[in-house]
Amino acid sequence: MSALLEVRGLRTVFPGESGPVPVVDDIAFDLDRSEVLALVGESGSGKSMTALSILRLVPKPGRVDAGAVALEGENLLDLPVTAMRRIRGRRISMIFQEPMTCLNPVLPVGAQVVEAIQLHEAISTVDARARTRDLFAEVGIPDPEARLDAYPHQLSGGLKQRVMIAMALSTRPEILIADEPTTALDVTVQAQILALLRDLQRERRMAILLITHDLGTVNELADRVAVMYAGRLVEVAERRALLSEPLHPYTRGLLRSMPALARPGERLPEIPGVVPPPDQWPSGCRFSTRCAERFEPCADRVPSETEPAPGRRVWCHDVERRLDGGAGK
Amino acid sequence: MRTDTGRHPSDEASLLRVEGLQTWFPIRRGLMRRTTGWVQAATDISFEIAPGRTLALVGESGCGKTTVGRSILRLEAPQKGRVFFEGKDLMTLSRAEMRAARQRIQIIFQDPMASLDPRMRVRDQIAEGMKSFGIGANDRERDARVAELLERVQLDPDTMERYPHEFSGGQRQRICIARALAVEPRMIVCDESVSALDVSIQAQILNLLRDLQQDLGLSYLFITHDLSVVRYLAHEVAVMYLGEIVEEGPTRRIFESPAHPYTKGLLAAIPSIDPDHRGAAPPVLGDVPSPSDPPPGCHFHTRCPFVMDRCRKQAPPLFEIEGGRSRCFLSESPA
Repeated sequence: MSALLEVRGLRTVFPGESGPVPVVDDIAFDLDRSEVLALVGESGSGKSMTALSILRLVPKPGRVDAGAVALEGENLLDLPVTAMRRIRGRRISMIFQEPMTCLNPVLPVGAQVVEAIQLHEAISTVDARARTRDLFAEVGIPDPEARLDAYPHQLSGGLKQRVMIAMALSTRPEILIADEPTTALDVTVQAQILALLRDLQRERRMAILLITHDLGTVNELADRVAVMYAGRLVEVAERRALLSEPLHPYTRGLLRSMPALARPGERLPEIPGVVPPPDQWPSGCRFSTRCAERFEPCADRVPSETEPAPGRRVWCHDVERRLDGGAGK
Repeated sequence: MRTDTGRHPSDEASLLRVEGLQTWFPIRRGLMRRTTGWVQAATDISFEIAPGRTLALVGESGCGKTTVGRSILRLEAPQKGRVFFEGKDLMTLSRAEMRAARQRIQIIFQDPMASLDPRMRVRDQIAEGMKSFGIGANDRERDARVAELLERVQLDPDTMERYPHEFSGGQRQRICIARALAVEPRMIVCDESVSALDVSIQAQILNLLRDLQQDLGLSYLFITHDLSVVRYLAHEVAVMYLGEIVEEGPTRRIFESPAHPYTKGLLAAIPSIDPDHRGAAPPVLGDVPSPSDPPPGCHFHTRCPFVMDRCRKQAPPLFEIEGGRSRCFLSESPA
């Protein structure tokens, strides 16, 4: 059976001084039913833009330029606007880093969820309100009945994020896209929200596309991980394989540079330099300007996809060279 | 060996010594702007930092860590307490004296763009402090020093002619560090200075701060919510919760055997990147209460898994424990 969501050759461009700049370039991955796939990268990697491209919410003047996004075989990029709007509400929901920007400050939070439900379903306000109360209870909001009438500013950051999650779940989506869902939260609250997302995902057998820069969040929540750098995928692997044995030099560098793994007092192994701006990306491997393993083809030739192990994909000339060497060439 | 000053001998041991610092902010309401309450941002804060050492002030949002940093520099006005720096109580200094003291304690913030002037060339921003503290005889000398400082923070000296917007976030933070170093401080207050940076850039800045400490003997007051950075960088840690220090001690002791239930919860809440370690239950439930209305007794009792009856009524003092202090009745040694 095919995957729930299949992304193929996705490319999103923004106009630049010398032609369109592909900030999302040739992205391909599957999201299975009730799977958590993490899209990981630093700022400018294109991870959030990939999510927005899937939902056809790329801000102007950007646009999806090529590729396909198939939800159970149906290409979302070909759908009429009204049909796409229905998909966004019902089958794919999204939560963001900053819940405050998504809540209306002058409406009680309960009424906002009721409104979201009624937008997609012919249901009485009484019934929608009852469902909202049940959702509030399900996402761990204490005293849910009373909180229906609270205004956003009366709730803490953690409670607001729970309201956003309740709203996202209100139409029983098959896919939840969670863009940095815990980044703005304090660490003790972050742990609570991660546990909540894990429980909800299991109970509802919902697929999650998790967008994050944080490998700790990845480890807590993800089944599989796709690492992005400068608009492209560099490595896709099962969570354990990626964290214990990263293959791409960028993934390796990222893990090594985390202070959590370093011994106090020792220098952190750095990835030198910075991500170049999109109009200065090298024509070959985009990580080649910072890569310690760089050799002759890296700067000029885009690395092709290799599969060093089943279910594992890496885009790296050095990995490819080693694989070829291992095959006795 | 320096023996020329009139300092008290014990002051040499600590570069900075904070005693009983309190900074509360009035909540004013109504037409007459009457004070109707207080945000208890920082209460009874005491700690010391020795030359060449790093103390991390750790806690979640609203714990008061930033207020403490700003109060030390008198960017806020504390109601109580003393702040000895190089033996002098900063709280008693005149405005002019305080300005002079700021040459010795610098501060760098989370958002370098907000603290750099967008219309000024990098050279002038770095040289500005040098001029006002009389460092460098003329522009040529100062330019040479700016070039040196830029090299020190691993930026191309030729970039001194550029403006802040021409740099990336990590590079701007390097400029802020160069500007702080320009006036030859003995201590830098780093307020969430690496928190907004990507992991790969954060590692570069942490290494830079570490090198500078080794080469120049700088002390850092490192204010952050990020415990993995603390573990890597700090010699000592003070954990804050709702305006108070709840635990302090050497970094290793704090991380290996935390005494206070809040510290334990905070450490257990860090998402692990060990693939064999996942799915632990959230260690601390609920949200941080408001600092304008902290719970009576122990401020942490509303979220504490070990709460006892007396915690709800009685505020625990900081008890001396092995390797530091802890503000919890469970840390009280039997009489």
